[in-house]
Amino acid sequence: MKKDELLAPGHRTCAGCGPAIAIRMLLRATGPNTVICNATGCIEVTTTQYPTTSWKIPWIHVLFENAASVASGIREALDMQGKSDVNVIALGGDGGMMDIGFRAISGLWERGHNVLVITYDNESYANTGVQRSGGTPWHASTSTTPSGSASKGKDQWKKDMPAIAAAHHIPYVATASIAQPFDLDKKVKKALSIKGPKYIHIHCPCTIGWRFDESKTIEIAKLALDTKMCALYEIENHKKTLTYKPKGTPVKEYLKAQARFRHLTDEDIEEYQKRIDEVWARDFE
Amino acid sequence: MMLMKKKHIPGGIITDVGSTIIEKTGTWRTFKPVVDMNKCIGCGICERFCPDGCIEIKNKKCIIDYDYCKGCLICMNECPVKAIEKEIEKK
Repeated sequence: MKKDELLAPGHRTCAGCGPAIAIRMLLRATGPNTVICNATGCIEVTTTQYPTTSWKIPWIHVLFENAASVASGIREALDMQGKSDVNVIALGGDGGMMDIGFRAISGLWERGHNVLVITYDNESYANTGVQRSGGTPWHASTSTTPSGSASKGKDQWKKDMPAIAAAHHIPYVATASIAQPFDLDKKVKKALSIKGPKYIHIHCPCTIGWRFDESKTIEIAKLALDTKMCALYEIENHKKTLTYKPKGTPVKEYLKAQARFRHLTDEDIEEYQKRIDEVWARDFE
Repeated sequence: MMLMKKKHIPGGIITDVGSTIIEKTGTWRTFKPVVDMNKCIGCGICERFCPDGCIEIKNKKCIIDYDYCKGCLICMNECPVKAIEKEIEKK
């Protein structure tokens, strides 16, 4: 175990956990001068089983709904004490940030607090048994959208959270992936150097929810980038810049690697590819 | 569990930072990653991608802390020189 590691081992995340990798990369970029406000979710549940904690920096658990509200309060209190150099981060999973806690986050962005909001997106409510969330992709089978003779999994397209963030006209919005650690590091450092509300969306595969072998977490994350299922970009001053050029691998390879898409037929996959290409053309060309 | 006996502040406040180290998650392991030190180039890729932070690069070699390694084998899969191999865990 390394001494400067800010997340101690011994936490109960699953073997091969994507979000745990994301948090380690995040803490490496933020350094110890940071307060984390963590909404309920996988990371909160697994890292702090009372009376122990994995965190070596000030950390507070709040409900799904109000991570951003508490982060705003901490920011104001720190500013009052003259500790403006301390980073405040509101952290949560896709359920906590994109669905349940979204109202409070929207408020934070609109008020303009100097807080970095981070979503680690594992595309489901994984710790309660993989229920669908706003972050779950199209046609993924989850426990609340099971695939079967009458259903192909989730019917809706994934919610475009970074676009919603950008619509609040905040100074910095970025997406990141655990497959690109240096890019993630750079984006977090850049976000923290900017004053005002910021948003970073980190894509991290979940071995239990997406159903693939636990050694393939990074491999799946890389495939997501190359098949255009996840795009890496920054939005500054309403200008979108791609930071990773996908190889354009057929989406079939990504879908076939995960059992949550096992039910899709060749025609379904063809339709998937068509839709992915349309979305990419609309957003990035 | 020495920690359990300590008096705790009401309100769920935990003052022992990084105290999950009392939980040795290495017992979860089915497969054990084993490093071939002759092949290891100490690039640190495994260290970045380890979910448990139990890999350290010392003198340009990868050292795995088996007290906490859950045996996910991401390190084996991502090693660019294939220096890590798996062995079935013997208990």
